[in-house]
Amino acid sequence: MQNVEEMIRKYIADNILFSKDGYPYADDASFLENGIIDSMNVLELVVFVEDHFSITVNDEDVVPENFDSLQSMSTYVRQKQAEKASV
Amino acid sequence: MCGIVGILNLNDLPPVEPAVVRQMLTMLRHRGPDGFGIYRDAHIGMGNARLSIIDLTGGDQPIGNEDGNLWTVYNGEVFNYVELRPQLEAHGHHFTTQTDTEVILHLYEERGPQCLQLLNGQFALAIWNQHERSLFLARDRAGIRPVFYAYHEGRLLFASEIKSLLSVPGMQARVNRDALREVFTHWSVQPPRTIFEGIFELPPAHYLIARDGKVEITRYWDLDYSLEETPRDEDAYLEELESLLIDATRIRLRADVPVGAYLSGGLDSSVTTALIRSYTGNRLDTFSIAFSDENYNESPYQNKMAGFLGTDHHEVYCTHADIGAAFPDVIWHTETPILRTAPAPMFLLSKLVNDHHFKVVMTGEGADEILAGYDIFKEMKIRRFWARNPESKLRPLLLQRLYPDIKGLNSAGGAYLKAFFKKNLSDTANPWYSHAIRWSNTARTWRFFADAPDAAGALQPESLQLPEAFFGWSTLAQAQYLEFHTFLSPYLLSSQGDRMAMAHSVEGRYPFLDYRVIEFCNRLPQHLKLEVLTEKYLLKRLGRKYVPEAIWQRVKRPYRAPIHRSFFPGQALDWVQDLTSERALRDSGYFQPEAVARLLAKAAQGGAMSEVDDMALVGILSTQALHHQFVDHFSTEAESTPPMLRVVDNAGVAAS
Repeated sequence: MQNVEEMIRKYIADNILFSKDGYPYADDASFLENGIIDSMNVLELVVFVEDHFSITVNDEDVVPENFDSLQSMSTYVRQKQAEKASV
Repeated sequence: MCGIVGILNLNDLPPVEPAVVRQMLTMLRHRGPDGFGIYRDAHIGMGNARLSIIDLTGGDQPIGNEDGNLWTVYNGEVFNYVELRPQLEAHGHHFTTQTDTEVILHLYEERGPQCLQLLNGQFALAIWNQHERSLFLARDRAGIRPVFYAYHEGRLLFASEIKSLLSVPGMQARVNRDALREVFTHWSVQPPRTIFEGIFELPPAHYLIARDGKVEITRYWDLDYSLEETPRDEDAYLEELESLLIDATRIRLRADVPVGAYLSGGLDSSVTTALIRSYTGNRLDTFSIAFSDENYNESPYQNKMAGFLGTDHHEVYCTHADIGAAFPDVIWHTETPILRTAPAPMFLLSKLVNDHHFKVVMTGEGADEILAGYDIFKEMKIRRFWARNPESKLRPLLLQRLYPDIKGLNSAGGAYLKAFFKKNLSDTANPWYSHAIRWSNTARTWRFFADAPDAAGALQPESLQLPEAFFGWSTLAQAQYLEFHTFLSPYLLSSQGDRMAMAHSVEGRYPFLDYRVIEFCNRLPQHLKLEVLTEKYLLKRLGRKYVPEAIWQRVKRPYRAPIHRSFFPGQALDWVQDLTSERALRDSGYFQPEAVARLLAKAAQGGAMSEVDDMALVGILSTQALHHQFVDHFSTEAESTPPMLRVVDNAGVAAS
């Protein structure tokens, strides 16, 4: 199974950047500051992580702290997966 | 309303071939299906394709003055011709028709280019002075009617539409990559540039004089937002707005054919239609678009308004499939790539009007620009307020009021919305502040370009020179100025306005764009336009008098049309597949085929597309359709041509 970072990286490269060069940014690069996503794409990212990582994203979690870089997203996803596993 | 064309010899060349002028007119037959007219002498050939609206039997063009020295071809209407004519008659001018065309000609004879200051209307006109061998080409203040020009083999070509210029032997369309980037940033190309290399647009409120082989272009009017020295009370402004709008509407009813009205269901067209109803007793026909997609449909409001005014109402029912099917024809008429599908339903609406044998409709365009109706003005106001205290938790919450329907974005206190709008928040001294976010967001579509996929650096329109006075205006006025010049004239009035209506021989008339109304609104204190966060405040007050509460009180809804579902009803439409095949994309060379394939796959899945995805999709499809129709397969064929109504041929007469 691909790791979380790789799956997110590939999803953004293919479906948001439409890039043939993969995801050309650093893992901690801000999505918004670098124009990687717009304010609507965040909803797309929410749907993506819910579908692919079998987690539920609460409304209050849709904040830049969780969805503004590859690193913050991966951390968030792993944390939600861990929470789910511990239930 | 008509189309005009012309070819002027700038050097010592043989007279213009009449067949070439006829061909140019044939390309404009949708603008003027009632007949053609041609003027020709040793130096110039000009033509007019006529849509008869005023003086149906006597108004054929070209029209000359008393001694045959001045000749004009003309597209549009000057609504105050009735008031101007007696003054000219008092000066001894002799009229042979009942047209506005002839009034303009004599006024030009009296005053030269200064005549433009007196004209209240929507026009593009050409006047040839045979003795002086000078050509005068002019366009109305707001840019309602178009005129394009090009230099070709020692000649100046001009026409109402680009396709007419391209029909001249030897002309070839080539897309200008810089202009393409402009469309993918501002939605339009700033004049005088157009999407095609070597083809120019005469900017609104400008005139051109060609004489002795030289061409000079001059601006004769611009927006001025200076306030009145002594502000009046609100009721005085309201009274003046009402009387101006009544008069603007009244003179726009001048026609020898019936005038209908578009009803969008919003405040602006409801007010103009109600004014027509209040001041005319005749039958009134109204026309609307109903969408099958409920997210866009406004027909309950349209029907309410039609019922309230007792009009004979007609609607065109617009489905996703209709938009997808009409789109290539829409691009044939826009003659530029577009980032929205909104022109397509307007194209279908003008067909409905034409099917009911109407040639003229009144519409509500312009109110959002002159009275600050758009969200972009509120967005700018909130961001400036927030920028004064960037750490405030409360100020950015106001942004949620602008986008209440966007599910998820407003969760967690609108944190994402806040993060998005915080970009360059403190850059308030930037004259482009109001529009910078929109432009940088739109420019994210550049990632599909085969060359220069990064939108680096400044994104403001290069050729838009801000007047000195701009820096003394209110921040709202500055934003309005940018909106007028970058959006209203080059996009709304052209791609969505003139071109869509004229595609089916329909003339739109715009009371809110009467220059007296524009100038009055520009002088208004800003709180009468945007009162805290209530848009078009003064117009809403006027609306209370003329339209039901459900209309003037409703939350403003921007006019939009469905996007990706129109092109992918299940799988991609045939023409979409053809124009976006890897080969087609490589041949045209504008976009990266792999990136486009990924975007199309996403659209085909029918999932959520972001705003940028949708703009990119429409931009790519329209650019490919433009390339196909104008660059690769440009066709001058016509199934039929209108009759020749009038030919004045002085080419054999010795030039004086």
